[in-house]
Amino acid sequence: MNLSGISPVLLLASLMVASTPILLAALGELVAERSGVLNLGVEGMMITGAITGFAVAVATGSPWIGFVGAAAGGAALSLLFAVLVLWLRSNQVATGLALTLFGIGLAALVGQAYVGVRAPVFARLDLPVLGDLPILGPILFRHDAVVYLGLGLVAGVWWFLHRTRAGLRLRAVGENHDAAHALGYKVQLIRLGAVLFGGALAGLGGAYLSLVRVPQWTQGVTAGAGWIALAIVVFASWRPWRLLLGAWLFGGISVLQLNLQAARVPIPVEVLSMAPYVVTILVLVLISSGRGRAALAAPGSLGQPFHAAR
Amino acid sequence: MIILERRPAPSRLWTWATPPLAVLMTMIAGGLLFAALGKDPLTAIRTIFWDPLFGPFAGFTRPQLLIKAAPLILIATGLAFGFRAGIWNIGAEGQYILGALTGAAVGLAFYPAESRLIFPLMVLAGALGGLVWAMIPALLRVRFGTNEILVSLMLVYVASNLLAWAALGPLRNPEGLGFPGSRNLRQWASSANLELIPGTGLHWGAVAALVAVCAAYGLFARHVFGFAVRLAGQSPRAAAFAGISPSHLVIGCMGLSGALAGMAGLFEVTGPAGQISIDFAVGYGFTAIIVAFLGRLHPLGILAAGLLMALTYIGGEMAQLQLGLPAAAIQLFQGMLLFFLLAMDVLTTYRLRLKGRPAPEPSSAAAEGAR
Repeated sequence: MNLSGISPVLLLASLMVASTPILLAALGELVAERSGVLNLGVEGMMITGAITGFAVAVATGSPWIGFVGAAAGGAALSLLFAVLVLWLRSNQVATGLALTLFGIGLAALVGQAYVGVRAPVFARLDLPVLGDLPILGPILFRHDAVVYLGLGLVAGVWWFLHRTRAGLRLRAVGENHDAAHALGYKVQLIRLGAVLFGGALAGLGGAYLSLVRVPQWTQGVTAGAGWIALAIVVFASWRPWRLLLGAWLFGGISVLQLNLQAARVPIPVEVLSMAPYVVTILVLVLISSGRGRAALAAPGSLGQPFHAAR
Repeated sequence: MIILERRPAPSRLWTWATPPLAVLMTMIAGGLLFAALGKDPLTAIRTIFWDPLFGPFAGFTRPQLLIKAAPLILIATGLAFGFRAGIWNIGAEGQYILGALTGAAVGLAFYPAESRLIFPLMVLAGALGGLVWAMIPALLRVRFGTNEILVSLMLVYVASNLLAWAALGPLRNPEGLGFPGSRNLRQWASSANLELIPGTGLHWGAVAALVAVCAAYGLFARHVFGFAVRLAGQSPRAAAFAGISPSHLVIGCMGLSGALAGMAGLFEVTGPAGQISIDFAVGYGFTAIIVAFLGRLHPLGILAAGLLMALTYIGGEMAQLQLGLPAAAIQLFQGMLLFFLLAMDVLTTYRLRLKGRPAPEPSSAAAEGAR
């Protein structure tokens, strides 16, 4: 056991990287849930994004085009979900589960040709002056562009939801779809947009795992990250900035447990690897039992099918 | 333009007509998929759905049908209660693993004693293990209002880590030359869950599945618990006025499904699997969700759906061997089945009507043209 090998600076730096896939997927799901659609298929969309992104990146040699492909793949899968849930009015919970099962199967099938293939290297963006700062440099300024994209999107989503008219409309649809419909808003189209955005971001998050974090294709590469993303949305009580906090918390725990494994702490590896899931449960309990009762912050029409009466 | 109008009550005809239709559409879509993979679609469909029952190796594959269907039916029957009441236990896979672990641990504690009492004790321990694992999300939901979907699912990952730890650590076979995995429970007479009638695949798990289906049928049709579950699912408000406690319902439904999933795990580890090993869990807990929906959350429907899903497993294995079809294709196939089923469900609660035609009844339905 050698705890001195764990450097806090490196730990915080890898925390930023480890939290990015969960952050991206959770951010997309947050927007979808704010519009009133509960999409439990995040895991399926993530893993589909992971393989489409990987395949496109290998085919074109460019990780950037890979990420675009991943977003398209995730969005395509979420379109399937949207058609079922919005127009065929199927149960959102069951359809989300089906999406996950379908996505995992699809990714495994497509991924067979890519086992053992190496992804093109995704260069880090070493910011010239800022990156050389003593402690802040490695923690904040020596990452790849997608890390910053994730942070930017948090701000962007916050701005969109809380500072624009379209965001207000999206929230109105999620709070009370009947009232929003009565005001003349296109409930179904707004929800379609939100679900597609959620799918695209989940796809990006998945591709970040297969192109940067791992970086190769292995079956089940997401390992429950999609479900953790869903949990973080509840943790954040549907607010973008709290979401960032949640993603850092879980990124931190998964990085820490990997470091402890490497430092040969006398705790079984399996106990360490179950830590992120156990902590997720504990945090969910804390959040849902707190005085504020996060459940009250949930969008009013979340999970309800919409059928216009008039 | 075709529009949807809500039926006054779900159509009975479509409720039972959609599952076979969904199977048919999955076969067509699956055929297209197989064609895209460069396989002859008709051969692939025949290998998956026909050959396991009537093909040249049917004598070998037919018993497999019950072996694979038993855990699916057992788990899905339990899940049906919760799903009907709107309680989503998604973590049956974890409860299945825990049942196998606790059951095997209790049995191995008596090794190498021989007694007829050991196997029933193991079944009990397995059911209890699954029950306890399901009680975590149930009690958290009741006490703190925590989302049971997320908690039960997180516990699957915890359970599979526990499984790996047990297979490498405490339950490892001391005479296993250091290989991971427990003693072989099939080769120990006290715990072996073998075929009761040779050549049929009927082991104690299949017996338990049949008993569970009959009991669930009785509960739904005749018992007040089944009534409470149905009422809570159709109208939570009405259920509250009828004095049905939502907390009791959560604990009852989760406990029941957990115990059945745990038993399924125990029957699997003592029979077909034979030992606790790292790759013991093969996803029955997740496939059982498809089985429950395909069977319309009805015990008899689940019986049929379980057998059908078992067929796709066996057929999928045969297609892997004979046609070189990838293993994942069958997973995709099963996901597609659930999709088609959910998509066609729209026909049970809604009626399709051409816009402009008068509504068949003078209700408010005609005004629904807005969407």
